[in-house]
Amino acid sequence: MFLALFFALRDAKVPVSLREYLTLLEAVAKGVAGFSAENFYYLARTTLVKDERHLDKFDRVFAATFDGVLTANPDSGAEEMLLALPRDWLRALAEKLLSPEELAEIETMGGFDQLMKTLRQRLAEQKGRHEGGNKWIGTAGTSPYGAYGANPAGVRIGQERNRHNRAVKVWDKREFRNLDDGQELGTRNFRLALRRLRRFAREGAATELDLDGTIADTARAGGMLDIRFRPERHNRIKVLLLLDVGGSMDEHVATCEELFSAARSEFKHLEHYYFHNCPYGTLWKDNRRRHSARISTHEVLRTFPHDWKLVIVGDAAMSPWEIMTPGAAVEEWNEEAGAVWMERLLTAWPSAVWLNPAPIRMWEWTQSTQILRRLMGERMYPLTLDGLDQAMRSLNRGTALVPPFSPD
Amino acid sequence: MRFAGTDSYIATDDLMVAVNAAATLERPLLVKGEPGTGKTVLAQEVARALGRDLIAWHIKSTTKAQQGLYEYDAVARLRDSQLGDGRVHDIANYIVKGKLWQAFEAEVAPVLLIDEIDKADIEFPNDLLLELDRMEFHVYETRQVVKARQRPLVIITSNNEKELPDAFLRRCFFHYIRFPDRDTMARIAEVHFPGIKPALLREALTVFFEVREVPGLKKKPSTSELLDWLKLLLAEDLSPDDLRAKETRSLIPRLHGALLKNEQDVHLFERLAFAARGQR
Repeated sequence: MFLALFFALRDAKVPVSLREYLTLLEAVAKGVAGFSAENFYYLARTTLVKDERHLDKFDRVFAATFDGVLTANPDSGAEEMLLALPRDWLRALAEKLLSPEELAEIETMGGFDQLMKTLRQRLAEQKGRHEGGNKWIGTAGTSPYGAYGANPAGVRIGQERNRHNRAVKVWDKREFRNLDDGQELGTRNFRLALRRLRRFAREGAATELDLDGTIADTARAGGMLDIRFRPERHNRIKVLLLLDVGGSMDEHVATCEELFSAARSEFKHLEHYYFHNCPYGTLWKDNRRRHSARISTHEVLRTFPHDWKLVIVGDAAMSPWEIMTPGAAVEEWNEEAGAVWMERLLTAWPSAVWLNPAPIRMWEWTQSTQILRRLMGERMYPLTLDGLDQAMRSLNRGTALVPPFSPD
Repeated sequence: MRFAGTDSYIATDDLMVAVNAAATLERPLLVKGEPGTGKTVLAQEVARALGRDLIAWHIKSTTKAQQGLYEYDAVARLRDSQLGDGRVHDIANYIVKGKLWQAFEAEVAPVLLIDEIDKADIEFPNDLLLELDRMEFHVYETRQVVKARQRPLVIITSNNEKELPDAFLRRCFFHYIRFPDRDTMARIAEVHFPGIKPALLREALTVFFEVREVPGLKKKPSTSELLDWLKLLLAEDLSPDDLRAKETRSLIPRLHGALLKNEQDVHLFERLAFAARGQR
């Protein structure tokens, strides 16, 4: 049974390893959890989850794995169905609020077991989404089953919050939900993520007094002063930042500004250029003079050596023609297609990532995003803390093809 | 021996399970949570409840993992060599024991607190992997192996400023201290101020949770701020009515200095109070 939990957690992308599983078994064997389900839940949580972002996922998986067992009716598969209920099917579209008098009118049904049993029957009978009403499982009704309803003896499924504070089990309360990913991004967070991309090296002239070395060498020489110098320590990483501006990027301006300011303070060697939608033959450094002071992309390609890291920021949302055919760019006449230019950029700087501020769930709906993602060799990451982190790891790994980014 | 909170520390059930699991299996316990929810105090209280010594190692941005094990004081040796001190011939005289070494040597397994591990460099936790896992390390200068007599109970706190490496996390138990709900908070306050008038406590908690609810606060007040504030309220001997007297002047709670820690938050409050008065 624990194995089922272990694999379910791994399926839900909670990073648990064999080591943690063995620790859990050891703790159970030593009787840390005693004989209460609640303590076992706490123990499993403290053993298997190592980051508060995963706590909510853990709660969900735990509920899914053990509901059948802990409600003492292990014979039916309805619980798995219960948690497999499509989310949007139960999404709150409407809310109906009953007065306290009405609430009092609704009689409690025959206890929890009775509720679960009836729920299983209803699940078997019902197909499809339901809203309102007082029998079927759905949202905002007075049936005991489903979310956002007002039956005091209800079983809550897939509800955002505990509306009337009458939930039955701890792990179903899902108190850690708002810790789950999607955190606010600030410059500080960005900087910490960017800090992954560090490669310190001491190069150049030896100008800094190496105190430890001096002391150690002097001591070794029996007290004869032996002064050591060493070169200063620098972050050797050099970054070329290409930023998409205008059009659909306007709504992401704040995020991009934060990224830009974080990158500027984090990397000593940082060069940036702007483009619109997709990089073509020219780029520019100053948005106010974007029409007068353009720089040929060929020149940029020649200027920066291969060991620079290329970071492209853009939402990659445009007409597919703008990438695939010559002469389709919005702002200029391009002799060669965007795809050709992308090839050139990637040949010049093999270590490259694309950061996309658009939410990852939108990507599959834009064909151009798909195309660019393929062109980048799947190295497109969402502009979130998590995505940035993975992007920096991928840059650190260098040119090796990285596994595609998977959401969640 | 099981940890079940102390007379001055209210531990929730899940926290007790986590501490007991770490104590039973002798693995480190990593504690995270909002600032001011009692992460550091936990180690002190666990040490007190289990009757063990507390060895605290406070991490700063310049702290190196090696400093927790031992340091070789080359300067002292250099000075001694120039003064012709006889001690200079034995390098062991210049090995300064770190907190980890002290913890390993103790007769009774102590509680070792590694406070704010995220303040140090990203590589810091990785450098302690083996030492925390096997509870032993090698002293290069004297070629000796230091091994823990009893495995100390290690409690590590983090404020989430940096992510910790997976290999490190795998070796720890993890507990996230959730912000206490109203009931727990009332119990915590009663433990710290026995005999506080229920009416005052109730009113103070209402104000406190209202302040926390205000959107856009830079720093939400936490448990430690509430306790400071209550101490002030008691010292000033204010009555619940004083706290409730919002209509008369403003929405800003009395003695707000203990709750709001920067002027932007105070300004925000003043603006809200002004807007609230306009509505009436």
